[in-house]
Amino acid sequence: MNWEIVMGLEVHVELSTKTKIFCSCTTEFGGAPNTHCCPVCTGMPGTLPVLNEKVLEYAVKAGIALNCDITRYNKFDRKNYFYPDLPKAYQISQLYLPFARDGHVDITTPSGVSKSIRIHEIHMEEDAGKLIHSPYGDATFPDYNRCGVPLIEIVSEPDFRSAEEVVAYLAKLKSSFEYLGISDVKMEEGSMRADVNLSVRPYGSSEFGTRTEMKNINSFKAIERAIAFESQRQIELLESGGTVVQETRRWDDNKGKSLAMRSKENAQDYRYFPEPDIPPISISEEMIKELTDAQPEFAHEKLERYVADFGMAKADAEIITSSKHLASLFEKTTELCGNPKETVYWILSQIMYFMNERGVLPENITLSPEKFARFIGIVLSDRINRQTGKTVFEAMFFADGDFDVEKYIVENNLEQVDDTDLIRETIKSVFAANPKTVEQYKAGQTKVTGFFVGQTMKALKGKAKPDTVNKVLTEELKNL
Amino acid sequence: MQVTKELVGYVAELSRIKLDEAQTEKMQSELGAVIDYMDVLNRLDTDGVEPLSHVFNITNVMREDDVKPSYDRELLLSNAPERTDETVIVPKTVE
Ligand SMILES: [Zn+2]
Repeated sequence: MNWEIVMGLEVHVELSTKTKIFCSCTTEFGGAPNTHCCPVCTGMPGTLPVLNEKVLEYAVKAGIALNCDITRYNKFDRKNYFYPDLPKAYQISQLYLPFARDGHVDITTPSGVSKSIRIHEIHMEEDAGKLIHSPYGDATFPDYNRCGVPLIEIVSEPDFRSAEEVVAYLAKLKSSFEYLGISDVKMEEGSMRADVNLSVRPYGSSEFGTRTEMKNINSFKAIERAIAFESQRQIELLESGGTVVQETRRWDDNKGKSLAMRSKENAQDYRYFPEPDIPPISISEEMIKELTDAQPEFAHEKLERYVADFGMAKADAEIITSSKHLASLFEKTTELCGNPKETVYWILSQIMYFMNERGVLPENITLSPEKFARFIGIVLSDRINRQTGKTVFEAMFFADGDFDVEKYIVENNLEQVDDTDLIRETIKSVFAANPKTVEQYKAGQTKVTGFFVGQTMKALKGKAKPDTVNKVLTEELKNL
Repeated sequence: MQVTKELVGYVAELSRIKLDEAQTEKMQSELGAVIDYMDVLNRLDTDGVEPLSHVFNITNVMREDDVKPSYDRELLLSNAPERTDETVIVPKTVE
C-alpha cells in the first residue's frame, strides 16, 4: 500500500528581548546556575508577574509577518503541570485567546513544490528551566536561568506531506524572524525548537490516522531523520496489523530513533484556567498599523528585487538573502562602490568559502561595507589582480578593526605588475628554463600555453596583470 | 459531577502528592462540596454574559524591557529543604 505522511508543527521560538517575559531578570544565555533569577521567575508565593511590553511587540511583529489575524483582545491562561523545571507548578501561556490566529506561510521546496502552510495560532508563553540530572544518585538540580525567557509557539495546521516541506517551512520561519530581529533562531542552541505531530494514512484517504508527537528535535538534519524514522515505524506497525498509539515520543538523534516517553510524562491534563495575575491585553489599531509599517523587506522580497534591479542570478540571490547579515553587507557595499556584480563576486567566492570551509557565521562577520567597498575600488582600478586580491581579501576579512587595505598592499609589495618589458623578460627566461616544453609547442602542442602563463605568473609572484601576460606571451610564441 | 476516590487519586497524582486513605476521604468530601457549588452556578442563566477574564476592568499592565539586577542566589535558595550551593535538589526526574 502507498502511504501518505501527514504532519503538523509546533515551533517554539525564544524572543531576543533583554529581560524575561514577566520579570526584569536578564535573558542572557548561560551564567552560573540560578544567578539570572528572582522571586518572580523562581515562583515564590506572593510575587506578581508583569508583562514585558517588548515581548508583546515582538510577538505581534511575528504574527503580522506570518499573515495572522491579530487578536485585539487577548489574555493569558495557566497551564498546570507539576514538574521541577517550572517552579510555579504552572506555565503562563495562552489557550483561550491567543494573540494571533489564522495565518499562513508560503513555502517553495528545493524540488519545486509551492504551497501555503496554514497557521492555526501563535501564542506567547514562558520558557521552563533546565534540569541537570546527577549521575550519582537520586538527585536533579534545576537551573532556573532560562525560566521565564519569552517564547512564542507557532502552531500549524496538519498541512505538511514531506520532510522537505517541513524544512522549507522552518527555514522560512527562521529567515523571517532573523529579518524581523526578534530572535536568534538557532535550532542548535535551542532558541528555535520544533515538535512534529505525525500520522500516516493510505494515499487518497481524507481521514487522519492516529498521530504521535515527537519532541527534542534540534537541527534541520535531525528533523529529516526523525520524520523518516517515525513515518517508517508507523507504516510498519500498521502493515503488520498493529495500531499506532497516540503518545509523545522523544527523538534521540544519536540512536537515530524515537522512544515513547514514560506514561507519567504522557499524562497531559493541564487544567487550564484564566491567569488572574496578568490583566488582559488590548491591541490597538494604531499599534498594528505601526508594526505593519515597520515590517522589514523579507528574504523572498529582497531576492526578487536583486534579480530585477541588479540582474543577479536567482541562485546567487538566494545565497545572499539567506542571511540578513550577508544581504545587509551586500546592499551597503554596493551602495558605496556602485558595483553589485563585483560585490556579489567577492561574497560568493570568498565569504562563502570562509563560511563553508572555516565555519564563519554571517552574524559574526566584522568586515565593514566601507572597507569592502574600498577593496573593490582597488581591484577595479587594476592596482592588484584578482589572484592577489584573494590574498588581500582574506587578510582584510579576518583582520581586526584598524586594517588598512592600501597600507597592506604597499607593505607586502602586492601591486599588480603591468610592466610589458619586465613581463617579456620573464617569459623569455621561462622559455630558456623549459626547452622541452618549447619543443612541444613548436611541434603543435598548443595546450602547453597554459603552462607558460603559470610559470610566468609564478616567477612574478602572482602579481602580473593576466591580460598583459597573455598578450606578450602570444607575441613571444610567434617569435619562437 | 461525582468526585470519586479515583478522581481524588488522579488529581493527587497530577500534583505529585501522596494521600493516605483518611486524607483521600477528606479530600473527596471537600472537593465534592466545591464541585457541588459549581453545579449551583451552572443553574444560572448566563446567556449573553461575556466570560470574565479578569476581575478588574483593566488591560495592558506592562513594564519596559530594562534589565534589573537579579536576586541574591543565596536568598533564593535559603528556604529550600534540600539544596547545594547552586541549586535546590529535587528527586531525579529521569529513570
Ligand atoms: Zn526573574
